Amino acid sequence: MRRIDLFLGFFKLGALAFGGTGPMMRSVIVEDRRWLDDAEFAALLGLCQALPGANTCNLAVMLGERHFGASGAFIALFGLLLAPLTILVAVASFFEIFANVADVRAALFGATAAAAGLAVGTALKMARKIPFEPFVIAIAIAIFAAVAIFSLPLLAVLALLLPASLVFSGARR
Amino acid sequence: MKDDLLTSLFLRFAGISLLAVGGATAVLPEAHRQIVQQAHWLTNEQFAQTFAIAQTSPGPNVIVFSLFGWRLAGFWGLVVATLGILGPSSLLAYAVARIMRKAGEASWLIRLKKALTPLAIGLMAANGYLLARGADTGALALLITVGAAAFIALTPRSPLWAMGAGTLLAVIAGRMGMI
Repeated sequence: MRRIDLFLGFFKLGALAFGGTGPMMRSVIVEDRRWLDDAEFAALLGLCQALPGANTCNLAVMLGERHFGASGAFIALFGLLLAPLTILVAVASFFEIFANVADVRAALFGATAAAAGLAVGTALKMARKIPFEPFVIAIAIAIFAAVAIFSLPLLAVLALLLPASLVFSGARR
Repeated sequence: MKDDLLTSLFLRFAGISLLAVGGATAVLPEAHRQIVQQAHWLTNEQFAQTFAIAQTSPGPNVIVFSLFGWRLAGFWGLVVATLGILGPSSLLAYAVARIMRKAGEASWLIRLKKALTPLAIGLMAANGYLLARGADTGALALLITVGAAAFIALTPRSPLWAMGAGTLLAVIAGRMGMI
């Protein structure tokens, strides 16, 4: 693999991953570029999910580092973000320029309401997909209340609830 | 004055970066707390709109933080916000990659992921709640929000369909003078 391949692979991933990078990530890294096999991919993704930060960005950094050290990490991350950031600025500018057009205002109103539903729906879907356990529901509700209702600092909430969750998830194994 | 804003933006986002357990959406409620409630950089409504615009773009969800920077301070705001939110977590990922290249699904990793799941669910729900409060509170907005939530929760289809339908519905309602 050359550096340009690393760049192009992550550029493709960034440019094509509409509605989240999850499904696209596997198809580019495992099937298209063959950088990792399925087992290696699952292991690396698991590590990225356990670390703080955006999962796809962590993966770009780790895969880039593996092949070309610091420059590889930077190239992969840059390739991943280039297309999304360009498109993002174009879309945001569009909404700014046409902010006075009634249809555009209505469109943004609708998109904002739908995006809120998207987040709620994703939370429900995540809850449905895991086996039912009381501690999961209890901790999810506790963190929801702490963050959304009482606006507590996330650092304090995590310091309290992450150890609690670790204890309960261990006890249930 | 602008340098103050950029410095403050960088420091806040860099602090948020290492709290992003389970991905970028998990720290959006914290970003809301800091940007809307503490710094008063954006209103509730502007915050929700910015998230919606970021959802229409491809790529990782973390780019919503870049757009916050863009809205607050233009190009350099975008650069500083992106470096802030990705810098610390990327340096950590880089260090971990170097230290444990052969990290498989170690048992501590499985346990940590399991422990993070309820936190991720709660934070995602909190995110939705705060965004819904930032979107309009009228009946039409509520209808679109609930419809989109049901679509995402019950079908495996791309969220872009829900975004598209909500947008179209609002445009039609606007044309009919309902907004």
